[in-house]
Amino acid sequence: MGFALCGIGFAHPGKTIFDGLDLDLSAGRFTGIVGPNGCGKTTLLDLICRHIRPHRGEIQYGGRPLGEYGKRALAGQIALVPQDYGINFPFTVEEVVFMGRYPHTPRFGAPSAEDSERVAQTMADCDVLAFKDRPITSLSGGERQRVIFARALAQDTPVLILDEATANLDVCHTLTLLDRVAGLVQTERRTVIAVFQDLNLASAYSQEIVMVKAGRVVAAGPTAEVFTPQNLKRVFDVQARVAVDDFTGRLQVRYKRS
Amino acid sequence: MFNASSNTPIHRLQNHSLLMTGLLALALVITISLSAGMGYMKIAWVDVWRVVGGSLTGNVGLIADVDELTRVIVMEVRLPRILTAAAVGGGLALCGVVFQGILLNPLADPYTLGVSAGAAFGAALALLMNLTVAGIYSVPVCAFVGATATLMLVVYLSSSAGGANANNLILSGIIVAAILSAGISFLKFVADEQVSVIIFWLMGSFASKTWIDVGLSSTFLLVGLLVFVFYARDLNLLCLGRRAAASLGVDDRRVPWILLVTASLVAAACVSVSGIIGFVGLLVPHMMRALVGPDNRRLLPLSLFSGAILLLCADTVTRAVLPHEIPIGVLTALIGGPFFCYLFRKRQTGGRGF
Repeated sequence: MGFALCGIGFAHPGKTIFDGLDLDLSAGRFTGIVGPNGCGKTTLLDLICRHIRPHRGEIQYGGRPLGEYGKRALAGQIALVPQDYGINFPFTVEEVVFMGRYPHTPRFGAPSAEDSERVAQTMADCDVLAFKDRPITSLSGGERQRVIFARALAQDTPVLILDEATANLDVCHTLTLLDRVAGLVQTERRTVIAVFQDLNLASAYSQEIVMVKAGRVVAAGPTAEVFTPQNLKRVFDVQARVAVDDFTGRLQVRYKRS
Repeated sequence: MFNASSNTPIHRLQNHSLLMTGLLALALVITISLSAGMGYMKIAWVDVWRVVGGSLTGNVGLIADVDELTRVIVMEVRLPRILTAAAVGGGLALCGVVFQGILLNPLADPYTLGVSAGAAFGAALALLMNLTVAGIYSVPVCAFVGATATLMLVVYLSSSAGGANANNLILSGIIVAAILSAGISFLKFVADEQVSVIIFWLMGSFASKTWIDVGLSSTFLLVGLLVFVFYARDLNLLCLGRRAAASLGVDDRRVPWILLVTASLVAAACVSVSGIIGFVGLLVPHMMRALVGPDNRRLLPLSLFSGAILLLCADTVTRAVLPHEIPIGVLTALIGGPFFCYLFRKRQTGGRGF
């Protein structure tokens, strides 16, 4: 199911982030969101997850206002890999991944065999099985991020939201995880909404791109149409060349300061 | 905050947590019956059980060969004190678990939000003005009012500062506590000869507690326990941060407030009956987390029982072992402080302290 944002207004104390934002995010697609620092990307994700509520306008998910869904119901629909994953408590890796199953198990219920199986599977997918019994506080940043990624995959939701979810990963793990997620979009028609800092990852994996600058959508649509030198100049103020790379077979961006 | 540098898997007793909880509950019962026999007059634990059994069931046959003095000492003097100490110890440990989880800070304790300073201010005011509106309960009542008023002020301050996150709460707590400390100093200054009463109350004591104290502290404890256990799983998620918790289905506007207010009220009730007793709420959750891991569903019951045992033992030491009774708050700080330093140091140097 997709999202429809209509006339969204939102302000942090003393700073307006969005003023009349309209945006459609289609279901069953991999949508990348790019934009300069502080343009409102994370706030946009927070609005979609209903972590914060818009001051004006309405967000619909699957044709119903987002506010009509209960917290628990929403957690069964939307999973988030957040940007910040600092954890001060020594939960083991397996415990953290199991938390992804909380929305599917009753408050005082024990995890089912299906829960355990899915947790084991996602831990293998994210290559964290080797340290499943170690406390998450003892892992490196990249390892931790993979654990959080595994938790979101274990949540097994139609919508997956990635907030710079691969920012700390090495290249191999980055490609493995994004391939896995892109595969879910292809085979199971899941919806992925991902904020990227790395333009080449965004162009390589996204089917649709939303370019945001200063709380406004500058361009939105199929990746090949949106990733143009003109748009990149407008949004990031860089000179860019965009071409399909014959080595990777994917759209690649090269840029320099203008 | 605490980055353990060990790369080995941790070996926890988490698979045996149910057994451990049971053992600790049993240990608490044993500690209570042994403690009730200790003191100026030694009483065999069999007689303690006879007296308790006889009093509870009304079966006079059980206490036929136990003299009246023993009965009075056990039922009217020692048990109220012992049970209050156990309830307060358990309550403070539970609150410690909850505060540390909500404030995302393993160094938080039940007093982090200024509850103790508020209670102390209320009590000092009552002692200074010789308030007797509620009879002998004027001081605890004023302490409780002071603690809850402080809580409300801290909550108000932090929520007006753009969303109540952990840092806002901690900062507000520190500010309010600092002001109240100055207020307490002022009250001590004007108290003149009554200053010793205030100081003594602040150091904490379980001397001359009654069944009403037992009832008060254990009622708050039980209500708190129910709330905490109900939300234990949500508390696990809140330990990962608000955004993560919300995305996993926790109502991150309501649940932290429910837990914070409940924990603060339990802590306020504990402080009101006993004065300020430090380190129990900080140390016990730490030690239990090292044993069974941070999952609150295991951590809460274990902390409850071990907190109760710990504070009861400390109180028994000061009551029945030491030649002179020293204030319990001083004793826990004197033992708990250095022990905490040891754990902290061990942790920093790569041991498995926590």
